[in-house]
Amino acid sequence: MKLKGKAHLFGDDVNTDEIIPARYLITSDPEELARHVMEDADPDFAKKMQRGDIIVARKNFGCGSSREHAPIAVKAAGISCIIAKSFARIFYRNAFNMGLPIFESEEAADKISAGDELEVDMASGLITNITKNETYQAGSVPEFMQNLIKAGGLMESVRSKIGAK
Amino acid sequence: MILVPDHFAPNKDIESAEQVKMLREFAAEQSLTNFWDVGRMGIEHTLLPEQGLVGPGDLVIGADSHTCTYGALGAFAAGVGSTDLAAAMITGQAWYKVPEAILFELKGKPQKWVTGKDIILYIIGKIGVDGALYKSMEYTGDMIPLLTQDDRFTISNMAVEAGAKNGIFTPDSVTKEYVEGRFKREPKYYASDEDADYCEKIDINGDDVEPQVAFPHLPSNTRGVSEAGDVKVDQVVIGSCTNGRYSDLKIAAEIMKGKKVAKNVRMIVIPATPEIYKQALKNGLLEIFMESEAAVSTPTCGPCLGGHMGILASGEKALTTTNRNFVGRMGHPKSEVYLAGPAVAAATAITGKISSPEEVA
Repeated sequence: MKLKGKAHLFGDDVNTDEIIPARYLITSDPEELARHVMEDADPDFAKKMQRGDIIVARKNFGCGSSREHAPIAVKAAGISCIIAKSFARIFYRNAFNMGLPIFESEEAADKISAGDELEVDMASGLITNITKNETYQAGSVPEFMQNLIKAGGLMESVRSKIGAK
Repeated sequence: MILVPDHFAPNKDIESAEQVKMLREFAAEQSLTNFWDVGRMGIEHTLLPEQGLVGPGDLVIGADSHTCTYGALGAFAAGVGSTDLAAAMITGQAWYKVPEAILFELKGKPQKWVTGKDIILYIIGKIGVDGALYKSMEYTGDMIPLLTQDDRFTISNMAVEAGAKNGIFTPDSVTKEYVEGRFKREPKYYASDEDADYCEKIDINGDDVEPQVAFPHLPSNTRGVSEAGDVKVDQVVIGSCTNGRYSDLKIAAEIMKGKKVAKNVRMIVIPATPEIYKQALKNGLLEIFMESEAAVSTPTCGPCLGGHMGILASGEKALTTTNRNFVGRMGHPKSEVYLAGPAVAAATAITGKISSPEEVA
């Protein structure tokens, strides 16, 4: 499966309070959360972005709280994946558990410019920068975690394992 | 299984009341006796050790990033998302990657007024907010016996602010004394192997650590209070899972006794659990705070995450004993949060600008 979209750049240490501020945690409705995605990092982001677009950030993306509202908001907004130099531990886990694809690549984070058209191969982690005609290889994702994404997240995966609806 | 609605409780609005109602009904349906409702509710990471529900040798996951607090008791404790927690409830399993460990050797004596908060802020300032990304922070050294159990809770609590999976101490006589008669199960005391591998070793000298302040907007943006400059504040908060314990209140009360909170400053004191509240009431601490015109709140995470009970307006500044100072953390995206320990917080409340306790003692 290939993900395709335009790059939106963010810096180092983007934290979960910027991705989805705690003032919106009184709801877990994905659509409502999506309206406020990245609000405290860029108040206009939800308006600027289009479905399929890709967030490209630097180191330690998603640091801070364990709130799943962060990957839920990003996914529900229609961001197809996140590319960063590195991810904070709990966000990394939560993204896979929520079925949001994320990729670690120093080179991609260094070379991609705002607005570049990107294509990401889910299985291989190969990132193609169509605008610049470059490719970058993201770190590999363990198979069981790829399966989480394929299943649509941890809940779906557990549901199918225990045969529940 | 333990459920504690602490973030927005006592419920701040209809939405949070609905969330807590769902939790309450789930606890009843599943016959979970460890549901801590308002009145018994405290901030989870202070409440659970205090009530002897977590202890040495435990493997704990919690749907809150500050679950790492329990490492102070020699438990392996890590924060996860709520779906991870739900999956573990259903399947009895969770997936882990074994973290590499960084060994911090704490040497010498803590300086006057320095508590666990200053030590961990100093460390985060040194290594950065991803300095221990996906790693374990382990503590050793001749300073350890001089650190109270509360100091250690604060140090382990903020491991996540350095990106770590957990922050862990080897239980010693201080821990054993804390656990005895409190922990409901048989403690298991683990220590690292003598030939354990560490990816890095970092020395911290007590002489280098004065009371710290983390400036906006990262916990790593630290400096000694003597270099804080002239920063006027609108609000001071003492509370949270980081510094809402009895010892924190005691340090602050000793500084505040007989003094008033500065004009134009709101001071909010939040004992982290009902037990701490009762002890502070009995020993006259709450009276000292109220006489100094600080507000005393029932236990809640409240303002730490910008939930309720002390939200900042645009342009306002707060100095607080909480754990994060990200943009918008305590309210308006154009407000500012400065992090410090209880002594600097009390001194700041009295002078109205970021101050060393030396200035008012």
